[in-house]
Amino acid sequence: MTATVERPSVTMPQMSDPSDAPQLAFRTLALTKRFGDVTAVDGVDLDVRRGEFLAVLGPSGCGKTTLLRLVAGFERPDGGGIEVGGRVVAGPRRHLPPEERRIGMVFQESALFPHLDVAGNIGFGLARRDRQRRIAELVALVGLAGLQRRMPHELSGGQQQRVALARALAPHPALILLDEPFSSLDATLRSQLRGDVREILRSAGATTLFVTHDQGEALEISDRVAVMRAGRIEQVSTPDELYLRPVNRFVAGFVGEANLLPGEVRHGEVQTLVGRFRAGHGALADGVRAEVLLRPEQLHMLQVDRLSSAPRPESVLTVVRRVFHGSEVHHVLRSPTGFEFEVATPSSATIEVGTRVIAHARAREVPVYPLDAE
Amino acid sequence: MATLTTRRSASRVPAPPAWLTGAGALVALLGLLPIAYLLILAAGSDESAIALALRDRTLGVLARTLVLAATVTTASVLVALPLAWLTTRSDLPGRRWWGVLSVLPLVVPSYVGGYAVVAAFGPRGTLQSLLEPLGITRLPELYGFPGAALALTLFSFPYIVLSVRGALLRLDPAYEEVSRSLGRGPWRTFWTVTIPQLRPAIAAGALLVALYSLADFGAVSLLQFDSFTRAIYVQYRASFDPTLAAVLALMLVTCTGGVLLAESRLRGRARYDRAGAGAARPPATVSLGAWRWLALAFCSVVVGLSVVMPVGTIAFWLIRGVSAGEPLNLVWDATLNSVLASALAAVLAVLASIPVAVLAVRHRNWVGVLIERATYAGFALPGIVIGLAFVFVAARFLPAIYQTLPLLLLAYLVRFAPEAVGVTRASLLQVSPRIEEVARTLGRRPGAVLREVTLPIIRPGLIAGGALVFLTAMKELPTTILLAPTGFDTLAVRIWSATSEGFFARAAAPALLMVIVAAFSLTVVLRRERDR
Ligand SMILES: Nc1ncnc2c1ncn2[C@@H]1O[C@H](COP(=O)(O)OP(=O)(O)OP(=O)(O)O)[C@@H](O)[C@H]1O
Ligand SMILES: [Mg+2]
Repeated sequence: MTATVERPSVTMPQMSDPSDAPQLAFRTLALTKRFGDVTAVDGVDLDVRRGEFLAVLGPSGCGKTTLLRLVAGFERPDGGGIEVGGRVVAGPRRHLPPEERRIGMVFQESALFPHLDVAGNIGFGLARRDRQRRIAELVALVGLAGLQRRMPHELSGGQQQRVALARALAPHPALILLDEPFSSLDATLRSQLRGDVREILRSAGATTLFVTHDQGEALEISDRVAVMRAGRIEQVSTPDELYLRPVNRFVAGFVGEANLLPGEVRHGEVQTLVGRFRAGHGALADGVRAEVLLRPEQLHMLQVDRLSSAPRPESVLTVVRRVFHGSEVHHVLRSPTGFEFEVATPSSATIEVGTRVIAHARAREVPVYPLDAE
Repeated sequence: MATLTTRRSASRVPAPPAWLTGAGALVALLGLLPIAYLLILAAGSDESAIALALRDRTLGVLARTLVLAATVTTASVLVALPLAWLTTRSDLPGRRWWGVLSVLPLVVPSYVGGYAVVAAFGPRGTLQSLLEPLGITRLPELYGFPGAALALTLFSFPYIVLSVRGALLRLDPAYEEVSRSLGRGPWRTFWTVTIPQLRPAIAAGALLVALYSLADFGAVSLLQFDSFTRAIYVQYRASFDPTLAAVLALMLVTCTGGVLLAESRLRGRARYDRAGAGAARPPATVSLGAWRWLALAFCSVVVGLSVVMPVGTIAFWLIRGVSAGEPLNLVWDATLNSVLASALAAVLAVLASIPVAVLAVRHRNWVGVLIERATYAGFALPGIVIGLAFVFVAARFLPAIYQTLPLLLLAYLVRFAPEAVGVTRASLLQVSPRIEEVARTLGRRPGAVLREVTLPIIRPGLIAGGALVFLTAMKELPTTILLAPTGFDTLAVRIWSATSEGFFARAAAPALLMVIVAAFSLTVVLRRERDR
């Protein structure tokens, strides 16, 4: 498949299938919220299967927090509805308060109750009956056994977030909401905790909606990722699908590093600096201008000096900069017209700045975006 | 935390539960009651209220009151600023002790302070008896303006010390370090970097001092200075027509309201003292060198006048009274009454502050703001005005509760709720709304969240607020003498009736007890200053 056309959310068909209905833990329909002139959430359709981990990824201010607050019940939608566990919790004429929604929440700041110890925090949402047993279970699950009597200020940032997660999980919520829970932690701790949290949620069988503006985080731990922009959901896909076949240029640029090489359609193919690519479905007529998505690692370089025949002058590129990324080096190449894009090589095979090269794509079927469509 | 609370502005405020709004509105209405009634009284007078207000005598009172307030405020700033700086930023020997001593005058009520000033510097006072052998038989006239200004300054400057010291401790030393690194010497840095950052704190402290001197009744009465409060009291005592008293009271309220407004203008442009919540690096200590003798002398004079002198005077008269056979046992019942009334006032004020503060902080829509403002009106109401209004209202409409404890407590509530709201509000601002939201998702209704999460978290603040109200209610004179039930003598009433008739020995024992109880509650208030 090339030139992916905008599709509705991938799981849409399941919703009409009654046999799958119990599988669905959560969904929103045309959910909308306005603040004055700003439409913070704009007709969002989302659904999450039981036990699934769905990330909502988007730039700052795109409405992620507002979406979570709508789901949790802290905001009233201006339109659309929300279902949790098959029960309508928000809709026209219906607004369940947060305490009746069975939703667990973890914020960026851990927001632990400072007057309660770890056990008190975790047990806050539990009925007296088997409170102690459940607290012990959760303390073990999040790996904090022995710290039950600590007060929140005696815990490290990572430990605090574990307690916050345990507290949210304790009452067996139908859905867990995480609002950038790792962003207040430093980089090393963040990547370690994110794996742990994923594992904890998996073993608890929790359904999770996770909000972040960090694409690495989203791709690494999610079953599916919803990309959001200006209140709208642009695409909902698995991480690899999202990376390889973004539906539009925005998603392409937001997820991973993207080279968008301009070109023109001729004979069903887009002609670019680095070769020709199928224009997909024959949907694009000749003469249409389009952009082709090529990730830096999908391109490779050949040094002009070492070629047997001289290349066409317009395809000769110069290495103008190198960016070291550890195992890879990204080479910024500049074309004679001044267009710049990046090519990745293993660190062992790097090429000097100033070298003249030509670039080739390894793949021929890549996403193509017609330039006047957006 | 600061960015958080400011970002969640405008429309992200959830609607408050009805019971909360109801409770807040009740407190606010109570706070507006005195002004409303005085307005009605003034409007219903035969002579026009404006004509009354413009009489020469009234204008004289106005001028005297304003001059007194301005003098006391300026003098207090001049005393407090060096004290605050010396006790936080210099290597003054015994810095911590001076720090404690410099706020101790807060436990001395103005009428005790006035009595000490008279006893020390007045005709036939201690100073004169010391100077007599040297042939000096006449001291400069004390009664009137000089005495009133001296007494009020000596016992209200600590308000500025407290607020400026708080600001100095919170000040980020980075600003001063940057200034030094840019080539400005310590002296220029102090004037161009430190002082501007202290301005909001100076204004906040000066506001309290100005309000204190406008509203003071005890010291001006003892020192026979005709400011508004004394004129109102004399007018009320002299005639059954309450109109002139009401007009005078309204003029006084206009003054206090004007001061409040001016301060809020000043404060509006101020910002937070420290950029982040980051590690509070203690600012560098300045070495005084030889200046330290001057600094020590300054501190000694201030503390000598504002702490040693009143305590010494009380002790002197106490010993003299006991040796002359003055009965001591009578004081205990008054102590008990004082503690009872002040403790009840503290509990009531703190309870009333909760809905108001929650509405103002968490549900900041126009209703919440209105309720908060109306409650703050109490700040502009001097005790004499509140007392008078409640006397009139009760005598006219509720004779059954006139001169009962509940009426006194109601008046205390109006007078002191703003103090409690201030502290509760500040504590609440430090609690992230996320914490309350988590509690909601864990199955708690708003009322349960308040009970199980918010109130336990801000408990230290509530206790400090209660202690503050207890302290001020203990010292409160005019409301108490106007409204205390007959036979329900408090320490304040005892001291007042003894000193106003010149029985200094009889005032000594209650004054001593008052100072001790007040000092105890002051430590509770101050513990919070240290914890922050
Ligand atoms: N209470 C409010 N009043 C007015 N506008 C608001 C309010 N809350 C959010 N908005 C606006 O709605 C939009 C979405 O805000 P939201 O906080 O949901 O973004 P976000 O995606 O969570 O951003 P970030 O990544 O910075 O947390 C923004 O434009 C924001 O300014
Ligand atoms: Mg957000």
